[in-house]
Amino acid sequence: MRITNKEVKHIAKLSRLYLSDEEIITFTEQLSSIIEYVEQLNSLDTGNIEPTSHVIPLKNVMRDDFLSGSLDRESVLQNAPDVTDKFYRVPKIIE
Amino acid sequence: MIELPVNDIGGDTLKLNELTISELRRLLDNREIKPREVLDDIYGHIDAVEDKVKSYITITKDVAYEMAKDAGQAILDNKASQLTGIPVAVKDNMCTKGILTTCASKILHNFIPPYESTVTARLKEQGYILTGKTNLDEFAMGSSTENSGFHTTRNPWDLERVPGGSSGGSAAAVAAQECIAAIGSDTGGSIRQPASLCGVVGLKPTYGRVSRYGLVAFASSLDQIGPITKNVTDAAIMLNAIAGHDPKDSTSAPIDVPDFAKALGQEIKGLKIGIPKEYFIEGMDEDVEDSVRSAIKKLESLGAIPVEVSLPHTGYAVATYYILATSEASSNLARYDGVKYGFRASGKDLLDMYMNTRSQGFGAEVKRRIMLGTYALSAGYYDAYYKKGQQVRTLIKQDFDNAFKDVDVIVTPTSPGAAFKIGEKTTDPLQMYLSDIFTISVNLAGVPAISIPCGFTKNNLPIGLQIIGKHFDEESILKIAYAYERITEWHLRRPSI
Repeated sequence: MRITNKEVKHIAKLSRLYLSDEEIITFTEQLSSIIEYVEQLNSLDTGNIEPTSHVIPLKNVMRDDFLSGSLDRESVLQNAPDVTDKFYRVPKIIE
Repeated sequence: MIELPVNDIGGDTLKLNELTISELRRLLDNREIKPREVLDDIYGHIDAVEDKVKSYITITKDVAYEMAKDAGQAILDNKASQLTGIPVAVKDNMCTKGILTTCASKILHNFIPPYESTVTARLKEQGYILTGKTNLDEFAMGSSTENSGFHTTRNPWDLERVPGGSSGGSAAAVAAQECIAAIGSDTGGSIRQPASLCGVVGLKPTYGRVSRYGLVAFASSLDQIGPITKNVTDAAIMLNAIAGHDPKDSTSAPIDVPDFAKALGQEIKGLKIGIPKEYFIEGMDEDVEDSVRSAIKKLESLGAIPVEVSLPHTGYAVATYYILATSEASSNLARYDGVKYGFRASGKDLLDMYMNTRSQGFGAEVKRRIMLGTYALSAGYYDAYYKKGQQVRTLIKQDFDNAFKDVDVIVTPTSPGAAFKIGEKTTDPLQMYLSDIFTISVNLAGVPAISIPCGFTKNNLPIGLQIIGKHFDEESILKIAYAYERITEWHLRRPSI
């Protein structure tokens, strides 16, 4: 199945990406050929096959409820592009 | 027993950077050399060749000499472990506390991790020395390092060619002798394929064998960390250091870890070696096929029994992988929003800031994969793509389960061809994806595999042999790899740069 420019624009929005007009054309072409390639999976009958999300048998992993160390706030905040006091600062959300 | 490598760089005095872990271990423990002297040769050589090879993103020389002091003291105090004083390069997608960790992405160009990954913490406990952080395809997405946001690493055997990827910097650094060993990560072949293309040893352990805590996530159901080394013995030593359950990674397996070095030197007589017919396909490089076939003959000469097996869903692996890996990536990479770390672009409101940051911070391949994954997971397509991919993954895993009822290991080429030219596959993403055709199934099935040198093409480019094992049976693949290595000399060849 080929995808359209319009779909590529929609996926870009969901992906939180702006694309230039040129990128839209290239991605439409490239994603279409990848998706066409991927569609060979449709030739397999997988009706009764369980999906695999994890290859090693593993049950829910629990641990005792205890206090342990956490990251040092200062060294964590040092990586942030914008900080005020002890908080991350972002552009205004609510008018 | 020390086997000295054939030295064709210059040819005169043997430099310490040309030795292996086990060779250096003996010299260090006998106090014939000091860790600082090993580093002198490493950094002397980096100064000479790094401009050409470009293995590293960050060279941690000052940190290394500090670590060398501690290592030297530990050796004097008779407290040395296997890796004490051994210079190791680490792929730049593993967090090193206080040391720049970029994932080769502009979006993390200034990220200083406030914590240490479990793998590097374990290497530290053993007293290793960090030589630097190596180059990769941005967020480990690629097969050539051409997708690095900073620069392309070159293959030390031919500087016009790629080193493979995504752990191309680590593999090139080992091959160019800019470190003694390296750490890589493997989501679809990213340790084995570059090891193959650079003529070194690369081991992807079983999914769950090594903790991924502190590995920047790409596709969490597939990512695994492993060593890239000059020989099989060193791979076993490195795996011993990093393997084992970690409470900080809930997907790491709570099972016992054997001493992998004990597997080396054991007889391989009577072991059954599966040869999957689907891996010897029309159109594959003739030199690769010839080398792999003669490697199988060598194993036969040691008493191993070749058995033809079938992995019938092999042809669907690349398609399955590019649904599952991109879906997981689209979710994992949602965290790069310009708020908590890394690059931030300005914007008129929060959403505009997010979108500017991601559009300017990510490279083309990362954007392509995020989009593909977002599409596969989007409303109306989930069953057709993601669920379908997971179902085919089950079939691929069952192929291996069935084959391993009859054989102990499976032997294949690591890559359908030797190193390709820089730029040769960059315009067609699908062609690039197909270069991982022999390595991807292993990640989908979660089994361990090693790539070892098994020959050279007529153009003097390395060829790799892949040995695949059962879940948590790294010992068998190490045992067979070591047996092959002992009767061949491919692993002793070094490029002249």
